[in-house]
Amino acid sequence: MLLNQFLLLAAVLFAIGVYGVLTRKNGVLVLMSIELILNSVNINLVAFGTFNADVSGQVFALFIIAVAAAEVGVGLAIVLLIYRNRRSIDVSEADMLKG
Amino acid sequence: MIDVIVFAISALIIIGGAIGVIALPNPVHAALSLIATFFGVAVLFVQQEAHFLALVQVVVYAGAIVVLFLFVIMLLGVDRAQELGVEPLAGQRAAGVAVGAVLLALVVGGLFLSGDPDRGGAVALTGQSGQVVPTVEGEQDVIQLARDLFTRHLLTFEATGILLTVATVGAVVLVRARGAEDLILDEPGTAQH
Repeated sequence: MLLNQFLLLAAVLFAIGVYGVLTRKNGVLVLMSIELILNSVNINLVAFGTFNADVSGQVFALFIIAVAAAEVGVGLAIVLLIYRNRRSIDVSEADMLKG
Repeated sequence: MIDVIVFAISALIIIGGAIGVIALPNPVHAALSLIATFFGVAVLFVQQEAHFLALVQVVVYAGAIVVLFLFVIMLLGVDRAQELGVEPLAGQRAAGVAVGAVLLALVVGGLFLSGDPDRGGAVALTGQSGQVVPTVEGEQDVIQLARDLFTRHLLTFEATGILLTVATVGAVVLVRARGAEDLILDEPGTAQH
């Protein structure tokens, strides 16, 4: 297998995730798109680690999974608070800092 | 040859799931296609002999994180379809397509154009033409992983532990109900009891 296969797949996944973050209005779905981006980074890390016969890539992917879990916990808490205050999780309505 | 076939199938599952996440109007369906993406990535990990990471990918991502997403979707009662036709910001969807396409073009262009064209694009990144061969040196990947994690990356490991603790406490503090009335999350008319 070529390294380029993995890098291309991760690039496509990353671009799809960026599109989702930019266009989704539902706050939960924005967080899911961020998960797509983090997964594309994991694909790259493991592929480079295998390519260099070094286990460090897998270790960093493990750290990314842990950080993603923390990010989802805090992010969903924020979504919950937005819903409690505004009765909506439409992120385009949470614009009180606009101006 | 079998490697390429496995890669192609899991790549199709990954991309299909990702498109489902960004295109399906119902958040529950989007979460389910996110699971498909996570499983496809886990297959890629298995293919590269990263068995422990594939296990963690399925248990933590497809298990815990997606269940957390579904839990919040159900708790908030927002599992109805998102109105895809209404654009709150003018041209937001077109701008999203443009930014995503430009990012993809940049990365793919960097992969293909920057290297020596005779030897494949990955040369610029890696110094040699890229061939991914899983290496098993008599030891299981989890043993190698643990040795690396607890020696070279011990400080990072501790910092990740602190981060997880802080995030857990922070999430609890953020959503803690200040009074009894805050416990009722649903609208009064739609409560089920």
